[in-house]
Amino acid sequence: MKVLVAVKRVIDYNVKARVKADQTGVDLSNVKMAMNPFCEIAVEEAVRLKERGVATEVVVVSIGPKAAQEQIRTALALGADKGVHVETDVEVEALAVAKLLKAVVEKEQPGLIILGKQSIDTDNNQTGQMLAALCGYGQATFASEVTVSGDKVEVTREVDGGLRTVALKLPAIVTTDLRLNEPRYASLPNIMKAKKKPLETVSPADLGVDVTPRLKTLKVVEPAKRSAGIKVASVEELVSKLKNEAKVI
Amino acid sequence: MADYKAPLRDMRFLLNEVFEVAKQWETMPRLSETADPETADAILEEAAKISQSLLAPLNRSGDEEGCRWENGQVFTPAGFPQAYRTFIEGGWCGLGGNPEFGGMGMPKTIGAQVEEMIQSANISFGLYPMLTAGACLALDAHGADELREKYLPNMYSGIWSGSMCLTEPHSGTDLGIIRTKAEPQADGSYAVSGTKIFITGGEHDLSDNIIHLVLAKLPDAPAGPKGISLFLVPKFLVNEDGSLGARNTLGCGSIEHKMGIKASATCVMNFDGAKGWLVGELNKGLACMFTMMNYERLGVGVQGLAAAERSYQNAVEYARDRIQGRAATGPVAKDKAADPIIVHPDVRRMLMTIRAMNEGSRAFSTYVASFLDMAKYADDSATRVNAEALVALLTPVAKAFLTDRGFDSTVFGQQVFGGHGYIREWGQEQLVRDVRIAQIYEGTNGIQALDLMGRKVAANNGKFYELFANEVAAFIEANRENPALAEFIAPLSAAIERLSDVTEHVLNQVKSDPNAVGAASVDYLDLFGYTSFAYMWARMVLVAKSKVEGDTSGFYDSKIKTARFFFSRLLPKTMALAESVKSGAADTMALAAENF
Repeated sequence: MKVLVAVKRVIDYNVKARVKADQTGVDLSNVKMAMNPFCEIAVEEAVRLKERGVATEVVVVSIGPKAAQEQIRTALALGADKGVHVETDVEVEALAVAKLLKAVVEKEQPGLIILGKQSIDTDNNQTGQMLAALCGYGQATFASEVTVSGDKVEVTREVDGGLRTVALKLPAIVTTDLRLNEPRYASLPNIMKAKKKPLETVSPADLGVDVTPRLKTLKVVEPAKRSAGIKVASVEELVSKLKNEAKVI
Repeated sequence: MADYKAPLRDMRFLLNEVFEVAKQWETMPRLSETADPETADAILEEAAKISQSLLAPLNRSGDEEGCRWENGQVFTPAGFPQAYRTFIEGGWCGLGGNPEFGGMGMPKTIGAQVEEMIQSANISFGLYPMLTAGACLALDAHGADELREKYLPNMYSGIWSGSMCLTEPHSGTDLGIIRTKAEPQADGSYAVSGTKIFITGGEHDLSDNIIHLVLAKLPDAPAGPKGISLFLVPKFLVNEDGSLGARNTLGCGSIEHKMGIKASATCVMNFDGAKGWLVGELNKGLACMFTMMNYERLGVGVQGLAAAERSYQNAVEYARDRIQGRAATGPVAKDKAADPIIVHPDVRRMLMTIRAMNEGSRAFSTYVASFLDMAKYADDSATRVNAEALVALLTPVAKAFLTDRGFDSTVFGQQVFGGHGYIREWGQEQLVRDVRIAQIYEGTNGIQALDLMGRKVAANNGKFYELFANEVAAFIEANRENPALAEFIAPLSAAIERLSDVTEHVLNQVKSDPNAVGAASVDYLDLFGYTSFAYMWARMVLVAKSKVEGDTSGFYDSKIKTARFFFSRLLPKTMALAESVKSGAADTMALAAENF
């Protein structure tokens, strides 16, 4: 079975994000970029499936500027077999990403598609769900355990009330949550092998997808600074403030 | 304590922009097969990750717990065996190793950066793979093929580790007087007997086998250094099929209780007729050691830089955070009771000094590493010979100057913390204790200075020195008309002239005073160090000046400002050092021994 994993190049989780002076977005110049942590978990899961003999090939796909090849190489160094780079400098929205991925799915015909549940830059949590709808496949989001048996995959999902286990027919879409696994470090031999693994580049036009944004960002601002609190003298004062100033009771 | 962040930006600047190592690799077929810029960059990224998240968190706990000896067994601190397992699964022990036997064949310019990150995160941990790499170098360069085939693959993979057994209780710097004996056996092996001390990683619980490289003398060997041979003596004998056999007759008598690097096992090793095999030729043991010595000495120099870098990162965070007193130019943090101490000039002096020395050290170690690569991999012999001479000349400077200044820097970094620098929880005092050994082991810094001035400068009548001076002169000549560099070229010229002048002076002094070298050598090495750092800073600033325009990251601007600090505040030390060297040995030796 072939497993397709989508990975995204995002601002590194260690970086303190700053808004551009003109409020058009987050300042990404001179900022360390990395693979989205949820996507790392997706790659790790796919590689483990391969090590268990469940998957035969792991294909990793990324959509973004030329530099996104760094993240594909990282995935190849972690054990993926082949990379597909959909090169575009447009800031692609979730729906366009899902459409591009659908085109890659049609081409690659994977038995299982694993994505991160969301990317830490825009936190949309949409792509996996949209892709499932577009492909007509079953979806299991927020996975904390994935077991493939025959033509089925059993997925334990992290939901508000606890854990819910679902069984899906393959091909299916799985999106990863934090507790699914702990990604490994890339080994030196695999880093060196990564450069020899195939990496195919295509454009959105090749895949027949229009990636023109449909949404317009009006402005991006930093969250308001939390101002200092005050000490109240009595319970009465606290109740009065909650009632009259905060208006929460 | 601040979280360690690997200085990848600066490393990339040196590798890709200042020294352009990829161009060098292209000229060397054996390197160009394995090394390319993308792979090198991916290696640096992963080394940063493993240093920051795997090794750094074990640094303080390892120091608090230390190693434990029990009935000949040595246990490393909690977390070390697991971390070592993860480390070797990544293949890091074989980074610079020979690809023929499973090494990765990466150049030293990359290796030096990886070593810096590992040592910044955790010097004690870093020593175990460092000793393995050293043993592998000697074995690969001088061992017979059967030995290399049998031992190198498992050592590069880290499943087995290595140790270097040189020092004996009565014989440290002077190895000519060692007593460990090697008796030839009928089967071609040797029975090795004797006691070795200060053996880093001589015994521990990290690897399945430990391969000791032991200096010993045959019963009929000539006296002195010309009678020393090198032997491979494994902890467990290795069967023909590669599996582990009987335990060899050697053991760890105890471990030392030390000032620092407490999580690194420093062992007393007793060899009792232990089975060993000759490495290289009989009585050429010391020469075999010298192959790996240059690599190891550069690696120890990098430890000085590594500790100083960690100390700097902590000190900067503290200086921004700690509020005390007001800025001389008026309050800066008006909403607070006091200003952060980074406003104070004396705190700045310490931070700038560490910064200028660290960035200079990183440049210098990368520069020396590039000659190690040329000496090993260059195709034409002229390039190799030239590189070997520069390695010989510059390695003692890298070892001693980087560790002496590295120690100074960790003390500055501790001083920035005031009283808190003396408290264990902040981590600054551990760095002072841990890096102190780097000035002592692998040849004390006094010995390095003697090596530089005696063997590398005086013994060849300044021939090696001339190679270096010519390179600097060529750089000055090429940039003399560059207005952007004017403020740096003049002091660099003056410094190299001063060094050349002092070198000549000493070469003359040596003729009439046998003590001249010994009395002047440490000051001479410092003078050499500051002068070569001026050359490094000029090369860095040349690149920074061409890229500063329009750069919004502040990286190049900071480079130029730090360069100015180096030239105005640190380089003038060369004047005092030159005066001191030229004054000769008489006053140092005047007092009779009994009057001390």
